[in-house]
Amino acid sequence: MNAMNTENAVTVRNVYKNYKDVEALRDLSIDFPKGQLTSLLGPSGCGKTTLLKIIGGLIPATSGEVLVNGKPITGPGPDRAFVFQDFALLPWASAIRNVAFGLELKGVAKSEREAVAEKYIAAVGLKGFENSYPHELSGGMRQRVGLARALSVNADVLLMDEPFSAVDEQTRRKFQEDLLGLVQNENKTFLFVTHSIEEAVYVSNQVAILLPRPSRVSEIIRPHSFRDKDVDSIRRDPEYLDLVDRIWTSLRSYVE
Amino acid sequence: MTIFGYRLPNMSSLLLWGLLWEFVGQIELTFFLPPLSAIFATLWEIGGTPAFLKALRETAQAFAIGTTSAIVIGVPVGILMGMSRLIDELLLPWVNVFLSAPLTALVPVLMVLFGFGLKAIVITTALFAVWIIVLNTRAGVMQINRSLVEMARSFGASRFDAFTKIYFWAALPEILGGVRIGFIRGVKGVIIGQLLISIVGFGALFEIYASNFLMKHFWAVLLVLFALSFLIAEFLAWLERKVEYYASSRN
Repeated sequence: MNAMNTENAVTVRNVYKNYKDVEALRDLSIDFPKGQLTSLLGPSGCGKTTLLKIIGGLIPATSGEVLVNGKPITGPGPDRAFVFQDFALLPWASAIRNVAFGLELKGVAKSEREAVAEKYIAAVGLKGFENSYPHELSGGMRQRVGLARALSVNADVLLMDEPFSAVDEQTRRKFQEDLLGLVQNENKTFLFVTHSIEEAVYVSNQVAILLPRPSRVSEIIRPHSFRDKDVDSIRRDPEYLDLVDRIWTSLRSYVE
Repeated sequence: MTIFGYRLPNMSSLLLWGLLWEFVGQIELTFFLPPLSAIFATLWEIGGTPAFLKALRETAQAFAIGTTSAIVIGVPVGILMGMSRLIDELLLPWVNVFLSAPLTALVPVLMVLFGFGLKAIVITTALFAVWIIVLNTRAGVMQINRSLVEMARSFGASRFDAFTKIYFWAALPEILGGVRIGFIRGVKGVIIGQLLISIVGFGALFEIYASNFLMKHFWAVLLVLFALSFLIAEFLAWLERKVEYYASSRN
């Protein structure tokens, strides 16, 4: 595939980010093609979460620009929705109010937003838990609520900050399979931060490897032979195994 | 608590102290401490009198207005201090000064400023209650899970949305704790106000009974006051327990 012909949902151009004297990102540029899932993968401290938060408009870049659908961003916007590592659910609100919270902030009427929320609660497999509170749900179910909240505002771009790192291994595998279905059916662009090599290769259309000190995109890998296979055969695909190995080889020297 | 395998009901210790009090009163050790039974008898006697009911009404009114204003002012100020570094730096020294200041010494100044009526008493009550409410609310807001704030921002929350939909609810357990202690301090404030500013309400009763050495009457009013503040504190503690479930799951 020729990358020049692909339309990009998000473009990051020459972004610098300094925290006082510490250089978190230096001259970072990367494109995120529309309708695809791009992983940001790297050792801890490589600035991948920082980059995601800059794209989300949650923290300002020191210099450089981020374009979403061709327009430079100035802060958070309705074209992007965040999924948080620690779920970030309101502990005092039921699942349905949590899912509808993005719409509530937009001023959508209660009956309308709850109808949308109900639809996405069912879509993430939580039908029947509408009135449960976060402390009554397991970690995996809480993240499904977080995911439904991000889906219900119908943003073009989903920003996922290590969304599966706080759930157990089996739940994580199920999530990864479900995520592949979402990418295919939802026609949205996914930006996915992870520190798991297997996870990145498994779910991504492209994997961006970030290296620290100074942070930069060292390599972009696009798996192609197994992307259209069914979820069960991916982990046995030779290209999958090769890529996992290759990425580990380039990352191992950065791991203390 | 269990003793010899028997489970004692809550507040059994009150019974023990009550018996000791009755005993010390009966042996007439000091006029200061009449027997507890005599105090309750006196309470029964004066409880329904117009003078007592009027005092109760005056005290309750000043207390209600004073503590309500303390909440209405204290909670938003505390939230703002927790949200904004600038406001916090500006106000925190004053909050700490007034929290530990001997506010009783300020009451004569309040009399000069606000006269001898209800207004000055209400302000005294609020002044006793408000600081701990501010400080507790601030503490509740400061320990908020940062990603809740980021979440609200990322979904387009305005500062006002964040104030009413995130910070207030996240800090609610601490706010209720602050209100509970504020109310207890407010009881002190209203009585001191009624003693020093204008001799009305329970303050007036204390003044009359103490200066005439009517100790049974004095203790009777004190018991009523204790019972009332105990009830308020217990009610707020109950509310606190109702929201506690999410205090632990916030982080």
